[in-house]
Amino acid sequence: MAATAAEALRPTGIQFGRGIRRFGWTIAVYVLFGVLMVVTVIIKPDYGSFEWNTLTLAALPLAFAAAAQTMVVLSGGIDLSVGPLMALANVLALRAMVGHDLRYSLGVALIVLFEVTLAGALNGVIIVVTRVPDIVITLATSFIWAGLALLVLAKPTPGIPLDFQNLAQGSTLSPWLPDALLLLVVFPLVWIPLRRSRAGLAIYAVGSDRNAAFRSGVNLGLTRVVAYAVGGFFAACGGLALSMTTGVGSPLAGTYYTLSGVSAIVLGGVSLAGGRGGMLGPIAAAYILSLIPAILIYLGIDPNYGQMIQGVLIVIVVMVGGIGTMLRRP
Amino acid sequence: MAAVPNEIPDANARALLVASGLAKHFGPVVALRSADLRVRPGEIHALMGANGAGKSTLVKILTGALTADAGTITFGGRTRTFRSTSEARKAGLICVYQDPSLLPDLTVLQNLKLTATPISNFRRYLVELGMARFDLQSMPRELARPTLSLLDLARALAIEPQLLLLDEITASLPADLTVRVFNVARQLRAEGRSVIFISHRLAEVSALCDRATVLRDGKTVGVVEPAQGGEERIVKLMLGPVADEVAAEAASPSAPATGAVAVEVRDLKAGTLDGVTFTLRFGEVLGVAALEGQGQEELFNCLAGVRRPESGQIVVGGNPRSFHHPGDAIRAGMVLIPADRVQALLRQRSVRENVALPLVNRISRWGPINPRREKRRVETAVKRLQIDTRVTSEVRRLSGGNQQKVGIARWLAGGFKTLLCFDPTRGIDIGTKRQIYGLVKELAANGSAVLLFTSELPEIQLACNRVIVLFGGKLVDEMPASEADEKALLRAAHGLPSEAEEPQSQEGA
Repeated sequence: MAATAAEALRPTGIQFGRGIRRFGWTIAVYVLFGVLMVVTVIIKPDYGSFEWNTLTLAALPLAFAAAAQTMVVLSGGIDLSVGPLMALANVLALRAMVGHDLRYSLGVALIVLFEVTLAGALNGVIIVVTRVPDIVITLATSFIWAGLALLVLAKPTPGIPLDFQNLAQGSTLSPWLPDALLLLVVFPLVWIPLRRSRAGLAIYAVGSDRNAAFRSGVNLGLTRVVAYAVGGFFAACGGLALSMTTGVGSPLAGTYYTLSGVSAIVLGGVSLAGGRGGMLGPIAAAYILSLIPAILIYLGIDPNYGQMIQGVLIVIVVMVGGIGTMLRRP
Repeated sequence: MAAVPNEIPDANARALLVASGLAKHFGPVVALRSADLRVRPGEIHALMGANGAGKSTLVKILTGALTADAGTITFGGRTRTFRSTSEARKAGLICVYQDPSLLPDLTVLQNLKLTATPISNFRRYLVELGMARFDLQSMPRELARPTLSLLDLARALAIEPQLLLLDEITASLPADLTVRVFNVARQLRAEGRSVIFISHRLAEVSALCDRATVLRDGKTVGVVEPAQGGEERIVKLMLGPVADEVAAEAASPSAPATGAVAVEVRDLKAGTLDGVTFTLRFGEVLGVAALEGQGQEELFNCLAGVRRPESGQIVVGGNPRSFHHPGDAIRAGMVLIPADRVQALLRQRSVRENVALPLVNRISRWGPINPRREKRRVETAVKRLQIDTRVTSEVRRLSGGNQQKVGIARWLAGGFKTLLCFDPTRGIDIGTKRQIYGLVKELAANGSAVLLFTSELPEIQLACNRVIVLFGGKLVDEMPASEADEKALLRAAHGLPSEAEEPQSQEGA
């Protein structure tokens, strides 16, 4: 109670310092990615557009998976069904697209986006209505979506139309600017309007402090459903990205993406406690996580070590981040 | 004088807010029995009551955060039922809470957008609160608590409410900022708008408020004008007839004990606790009286090794000790009974296991447990405390009182020298309360030292030999139990000088 008015009302930090502090993590993740790219080029001097292309293709579905998880985690939840939702989108797309032309495929893609967004919203509705913890509900629905995917398609089957695949696999503008990179435009298209809207604020609000959000007049239930729905939309994008990058419909393809998505958002600076973080960090983290196995291959190391290195990396990065936060604390 | 609101018909017409017969219960717990409140336009109205009297429930019902089970609310001449806080906001009724409700992870500007607050208005009120140069891009997470309170207030003011509720907003404000809040409240009154002001600080209420409604046990027990020497009446109304009953029982309070020094606390500082010095002797129950958040929590946590003091010394049995872990304190014979039983007990385990937990730690030192010895000690303790042993399989199925007894039984079986009881009777029925106080006295009579904080001031005389009073983190008073009646304690705990000294020095805080 000793604080005087002058102390209490003192502005905290100058503008520039605050920007670094607020976006420091995101900047650090991009710097880390840059450093790893330099390391890659040093290890493999003939690193060319083909390798770059491969990396962007591998990272695209993971980037979407991370985005889907980010939406839900920002709202203070967790979605263990991201992977199966992606697989569902993937097999639905294959079943409907096989043997059709690009225009038809794009129509199918839109319908798949819609359906899987609904599935995501359903996750949210069940959680809000039943009040069962989100981790339990999404664990349960992950089995349901995975089962549905198997009903749609029993085993991995090729047959995604080539024109549709080329939306990601081509390099229309320059060999160094693969189309897989251009597809990232989906993020700003969805994210920026959302972030600026009251719905976006409400998602951060609910994840940040549910009680305060309630007092501020936020509709908690609706906001959480919206978060899960947008998460479902990004998961659908991820499933379609899988279709484009692999050309195959595979009912089990999603398994890897649930937990890798969580790794990417943790690395990307999203607080698992909710309310803190953004979309830029997790996307860069998805590229980092996709680059590590490639580096190991170039080094001639068994890429299965990649998983271990990924684990070690996450612990180190989060620990360093934690030390940074502790030092900042007054 | 203490007119029940409904009896004044001509005031009916010009009341801004009339709440009558509001009731609310949560399961078996009755939070509000029958609350009446009448606020006139252009009035600053205090809402007073002891802890648990139903103030916060009433506020939540008024602002639409809760719906009442019974009763009606008339606001601006119309009967209203607010289903949400935003509905109440639209009607011009808004509350600023003790803990600021700005979202920590959105910038202040985003917070304003979220609640659709007019920003130019917000700026204007910031200027009035003396924060003209505040940067709206700041993150609430990085701001000091008093700043957040003022921002929250400015945000509420910005919607130009007809009725503003201030729920203990001054609790976290230094004196100079409190003055600013008061000025804004007076300005609203001058404009014909009304304020409901809730505070534990009697001095603030008499400095600011026109009238005060007093709640006790979920009922409105009176309306008082604090300015006309109404403070005494407020205190009396808050305490109620229970006070007399307890006073009669405690007719012969124990005399101060003269045993050896058990614990000496020297200039202890931690958080709110701001340099406290006292001694605790074997054979005495030393009471700690304080309102919420005056440093008592820090004091008990430091003594029990839960928290490390910033400075100062704890001397146990002549040796200065520094506890790094509750285990250190327990080995020094200092054990804590927390108010929240959930913190101490393993709720899903049996009574036996709970009582034996420190034994397991003590006697056998992680080695194999001697079941017979354990059983004997546990049974003695359980019998001694008359714990209801019909359901012993899971502690959580016991009543609150019995759970607290298990907490005490554990240390009876485990052995201790100094018992630290932090509000041990919170939410416990009167019968069990008496048992626990009786037990505490008996323990002291048998040579233990007991430090007892209770949020229910009238009960201090029941158990203690001597009382110390904390206010604002400092030890402001010390008295033998014979002098520590509710009135003296309440005055001291509110930071008022004792009656004998200076009855008129109650300027605005």
